[in-house]
Amino acid sequence: MQIDLRTVNITPRRQTFDHLAWRFGDKPASRYQEGSYDIQAEENLHYRPTWDPDQQIYDKAISKIVMADWHALKDPRQYYYNTWTIARARQQETTEANFSFIESRGLADSMSAALKATTLEVLIPLRHAAWGANMNNSFICGYGYAAIFTQACMFQAMDNLGIAQYLSRLGLLLGDTAALDAGKAAWVDGAAWQPLRRYIEDSLMVRDPFELFVAQNAALDGLLYPLVYGRIVDDFLSPQGASAVAMLTQFMSDWSVETQKWVDAVLKTAAAESEHNRALLCDWTKAWSARAASALLPVAALALGGDATAVVDEEMAAFKTRLAKTGIQL
Amino acid sequence: MDMKTDKKKLGLKEKYKLLTRDLGWETTYHTADEVFPYVKYEGIKVHDWGKWEDPFRLTMDAYWKYQAEKERKYYAIIDAHAQNNGHLHITDARYLSALKLFVQAISPGEYAAGKGFARLGREFPGVGPRVACQMQAIDEIRHAQTQIHAMSNYNKFYNGFHAFADARDRMWYCSLPRSFFDDALSAGPFEFMIAIGFSFEYVLTNLLFVPFMSGAAYNGDMATVTFGFSAQSDEARHMTLGLECIKFMLEQDPDNLPIVQRWIDKWFWRGFRILGVVGTMMDYMLPKRVMSWREAFEIYGAGNGGALFNDLARYGVRLPLEWNDAVKALDHMTHQLNLGLYQWSFGTAFHTGIPSDEDMAWLSKKYPDTFDKYYRPRWEHIKKLKEAGTPFVNTGLAKLCQVCQIPTPYTEPDDPTALCLRESEYKGELYHFCSDGCQRIFHDEPEKYIQAVLPMPQLFQPPLGGDIGAWMNWVGLKNGVDNGDYDGSEDQKNFAAWRATATSNQ
Amino acid sequence: MSTVFIALQANEETRPIIDAIVRDNPAAVVNREPAMVKIDAPGRLTIRRQTVEEELGRPYDLQELQVNLITISGHVDEDEDSFSLHWNS
Repeated sequence: MQIDLRTVNITPRRQTFDHLAWRFGDKPASRYQEGSYDIQAEENLHYRPTWDPDQQIYDKAISKIVMADWHALKDPRQYYYNTWTIARARQQETTEANFSFIESRGLADSMSAALKATTLEVLIPLRHAAWGANMNNSFICGYGYAAIFTQACMFQAMDNLGIAQYLSRLGLLLGDTAALDAGKAAWVDGAAWQPLRRYIEDSLMVRDPFELFVAQNAALDGLLYPLVYGRIVDDFLSPQGASAVAMLTQFMSDWSVETQKWVDAVLKTAAAESEHNRALLCDWTKAWSARAASALLPVAALALGGDATAVVDEEMAAFKTRLAKTGIQL
Repeated sequence: MDMKTDKKKLGLKEKYKLLTRDLGWETTYHTADEVFPYVKYEGIKVHDWGKWEDPFRLTMDAYWKYQAEKERKYYAIIDAHAQNNGHLHITDARYLSALKLFVQAISPGEYAAGKGFARLGREFPGVGPRVACQMQAIDEIRHAQTQIHAMSNYNKFYNGFHAFADARDRMWYCSLPRSFFDDALSAGPFEFMIAIGFSFEYVLTNLLFVPFMSGAAYNGDMATVTFGFSAQSDEARHMTLGLECIKFMLEQDPDNLPIVQRWIDKWFWRGFRILGVVGTMMDYMLPKRVMSWREAFEIYGAGNGGALFNDLARYGVRLPLEWNDAVKALDHMTHQLNLGLYQWSFGTAFHTGIPSDEDMAWLSKKYPDTFDKYYRPRWEHIKKLKEAGTPFVNTGLAKLCQVCQIPTPYTEPDDPTALCLRESEYKGELYHFCSDGCQRIFHDEPEKYIQAVLPMPQLFQPPLGGDIGAWMNWVGLKNGVDNGDYDGSEDQKNFAAWRATATSNQ
Repeated sequence: MSTVFIALQANEETRPIIDAIVRDNPAAVVNREPAMVKIDAPGRLTIRRQTVEEELGRPYDLQELQVNLITISGHVDEDEDSFSLHWNS
């Protein structure tokens, strides 16, 4: 039966679900709101986890951060599954086009051997760092509270994996499987990489989801991405003839700018909640960013040599300015 | 246009390996035991995570590409459905009870599964399974969201959808799936994989989605068909992950077999109890039915599950302990559960109803050995009571099964006239069960199941103290609006009136 | 021998895939159900990229199957040239 129903104007009985009407009034809710608020169970949790009977299945108390309502930690990008996937699919199309542009024209071969070597030396071990970031964000999603916060962490985890895979493809393109092998050897044994690897491995031991958020998404990636993709790839390697590398890492540059907005919004909201939170966030950010800066210094020196200290200092200053806007003074 | 020929071309498997497996490294600043603290306590022995086979080799670029394509298609249909009053295309508004139950009871489970897989995406020491679990984690978030979005427009026009978030935490029948998912989430990583990846995804999801969504197609509900099939396209990956994981455990060490078998036994029965709800939707809530619950079980349960267990036999795995009890229950469980739902319909945020003569003819055709003999007479009796103006309502307190949380409506496997009740004393307290399976599960982990939150006793304790009106407020149930018989409901009247305006020139 | 199966959404994109499956798997049985097509085969079922490409008239990546896949039964083995399902018993 096919009937034309377009002409019928029916008054809805209600505009939205009760829990959204309670939060925002009875008006049509956005798909972001429908998909993000109050979709995690809150009450009547049946059993204590056998893996840690001191915790609840969903437990606010795992973190030292205290929020009256964890749903305050909304994402300014309003990413739910659909908007995130479609945004990334668009970026993926651009990245794919960049890869095939460079591959089909043999642009990687026009780079000098030395430039290629520096590029591989700096970028390829970072795929392991991105993989560490992936594990950490999967943790934050798994143990953090409220879907509105944790879903964004899972998207971040998958982005981290995507970045690790783009870096791997870059390695294969520029230096074949040998480049990946060399990168892994440097990551595991190379002196320049040990402070960073230690940072990642130490962060894997952190089981407060919000502290881990600070260590990974604010402190480490807040310094690493501007430093590596801005200062090293764009400002240092590109002018020497590695613009192909800048094209292949465009995703990372764009992604870093985009995700910082989310990270800042989360920090700002959590810090504004209470002095307790603000003090905690100051301590965590201070400690982890200082470590991140010193771990990144030998990595930056691989490309920048003696200029690395000054560049890392500048990035640290920029990071402090950025954090100050969220209410966190370092 | 591959102009470079000097590089060796990598095959899909080799490339996938480099793009995932090769990302991991053996930590040295902290031991593997420190980094992965939850992976040993269940007793599963793994000697070589490298032996894990990746069934689907999706890298993130392909994942984004194909998932975005699915999402675009899905939301285009959802938008059209909302814009064109798609809700008036369904066969009958009584069909919506199935959707109400779905969003209250099943969609929260999707979200919970996602949470669990995010944890496994961190806790498994193997890179291959971690990546697969992470993809499943975002897929499950997707399913919860697409389901809520599909229901959003129905909620604007029909009752029973509006309080699904309260229902999830407080409604007595939602406690059944909630306890299932809470049980899985509170288990260790390997048991979670058997619970969700294997039992739920491999053995049961087909039963949940495929016939149910075909039913939605039969009933003109394109919004639900679309989310169902779109979700299923992810499930194929999830099912394969579950199967891969069970093979992996069995191949790693022979000592794993008894542990895995115990979990298969437990989670088959836990899952089968949830499916009673799905079966009831199929047999009683769809105005136009595609197949009976029994037929669906024959294809997707016995057929598919049977093939699976034949295949696993080479590892020493046998059919789940209660497989025969399940088969014996097939001809009874949906009828018994629906009778239960009808008599307790004052307390359900969906409508139930007495099957029409046509429905009963269908049921007796599909259940020739049992329907006319046991269940038709009861419906005829209930029908008479209703016609006499004294509809059958049961406000009594049912005994809830301590494990599956069903209000014990089922009969003995070998005697459909005797209610099946089991009880056990543990540390001086008496506990009730609906079946041998649930009783056995309790005794395997009594310290876990004594923690269960039982919603019916809750109603009679402070602060509710047996006040049904207060209970209704607490669960978000609007009396006379969301609950009771479909016949005479607002949904029925509105649907008829809207359809009339839509099909005439008045 | 146990049955393996694959179910695909019934639409224009899957029509050539189904034709390719039928060509490559003579024992396959095609069941057309509401909004979906379920294909059963005894023991094993293989989808070959080359056959799909012939039916489709364009290059095809087997991972495109993801978009229209509803369900499967059997162990999966996938590489760039084929996607197959099988039971070991």
